[in-house]
Amino acid sequence: MIEMKNVVKKYPNSVVAVKGLNIQIKQGEFVYIVGPSGAGKSTFIKMMYREEKATSGEIKVNGTDLTTLKDREIPFLRRNMGVVFQDFKLLPRKNVYENIAFALEVIEKDPEEIKKRVMDVLKLVGLTKKVKMFPDELSGGEQQRVAIARSIVNSPKVVIADEPTGNLDPETSWEIMRLFDEINARGTTIIMATHNKDIVNTMRKRVIAIENGQIVRDERGGDYGYEF
Amino acid sequence: MKTDKLFEMNVGVTTVMNFNTMKRHFKESFISMARNRWMSFASISAVTVTLLLVGVFLTIMMNLNKMSTDIKNDVEIKVLIDLSANETSEAELQQQVEKMPGVESVKYSSKKQELDKLVKDFGNDVSLFKQENPLHNVLYVKADDPEQTEKVAKEIEKNPAVDTVKYGKDKIEKLFNVLNISQKVGIVLIIALLLTATFLISNTIKITITARRREIEIMKLVGATNSFVRVPFILEGMWLGAIGSILPIIGVTTLYSIVHSSLAPKLESSVVQILDVMPFILEVDIILLVMGVLIGVVGSFMSVRKFLKV
Repeated sequence: MIEMKNVVKKYPNSVVAVKGLNIQIKQGEFVYIVGPSGAGKSTFIKMMYREEKATSGEIKVNGTDLTTLKDREIPFLRRNMGVVFQDFKLLPRKNVYENIAFALEVIEKDPEEIKKRVMDVLKLVGLTKKVKMFPDELSGGEQQRVAIARSIVNSPKVVIADEPTGNLDPETSWEIMRLFDEINARGTTIIMATHNKDIVNTMRKRVIAIENGQIVRDERGGDYGYEF
Repeated sequence: MKTDKLFEMNVGVTTVMNFNTMKRHFKESFISMARNRWMSFASISAVTVTLLLVGVFLTIMMNLNKMSTDIKNDVEIKVLIDLSANETSEAELQQQVEKMPGVESVKYSSKKQELDKLVKDFGNDVSLFKQENPLHNVLYVKADDPEQTEKVAKEIEKNPAVDTVKYGKDKIEKLFNVLNISQKVGIVLIIALLLTATFLISNTIKITITARRREIEIMKLVGATNSFVRVPFILEGMWLGAIGSILPIIGVTTLYSIVHSSLAPKLESSVVQILDVMPFILEVDIILLVMGVLIGVVGSFMSVRKFLKV
């Protein structure tokens, strides 16, 4: 599903964020990416949806080599994965329905099907009553649920989440995690960068720890391993 | 190969935009305009103010141009034929002038016709000349290019059958100088105005779109292609430009109709005329509409392009 070989990422300011990553993630896995701030987690995540391009090495997602992907092909890559962010990244001037529908409009689904699928995911994330509301009228947890709904509405094989609970209180964070678990249970691969010790230690999954741009630990059912 | 795989995963869509998507883009552009009320208002106002200026200026310039053409076309050379010339040499002279390069038309007027004209202008006081007509037979010559009048006149003067050539030398030269300068000043002003307008408007649009930079970024992260992001913005720019041209169109049309109805009767018998309301004002209106739309579209296109690289 996701494969990295000797991936290196140097930034123009000569900072080396990732130094030779090798990784393999299979379809249906749930993977936490942990590690201290500035260890290269974000770069790692961003390379998977090609916001950042690897300097060298090979990244394959669903058999597509991202290191040779042309810029104009990037949208097509992103349509096959869901991405969830710490700051939700909802379109502020679109209501809940329109935000989710947008992901289907870009792949030119017909309006009838868009409607049906949006209502289906809204039911899944429990927001059917808030379709017409705008992001600034929702709580953080609700916004993140909209973002998750958007990420899965075109049934991607993988959802990538960059600290999805980073801006949420503990209780809300658990609601969000239960949602991810449910999505994972349906066979969707989930890759999640997180700083949440409780979650990682309670909801046991595969844990990959990155420090200094390198993988220092990769264990199934592992614990968080850091104090914070 | 890998690209094929990507496309294959994606429910077959590539270059051709389907009807639903086009419909979606139109709807999107209207919704966006309504939800960004203040930004839309600011853009429309900017377009309105500039197009109003351009419209007024354009109307004045085109009329000045018409007037100067009227004056120029009125310039003719009066060739007084030597009194001693007989009919043959008069005919020869006329033929020679007609063949001369730069000559548009030649009209012969006998001294009797000249006297009739004089009598008509000044009344019977001059009719005593009828016994002994002191006037010359005359050729009225028009040059192709009024500015070549002097050259043509000098050429004609060389013919021995010519007594005198009159063309209001000093007056014409001064007039042409004034007209040339005023035309150049006008063109410079129009260009300056257009540049200012484009700058002002694209700036307004840029501010509007900069405010939406984050939105564009998000759209691209969700898998929108550049054209998918761009089309609604461009449509929106087009509407804003078109709406912005409404007031200037109404204003310029009304204003010109009023000015025309009060000015035209006064100029009726004069050489100089102002342009008729139709179709002139319709042309100005179309120019304003096209300019508004163009400014909106180009402005959106340029500004949105900056943020598409995510």
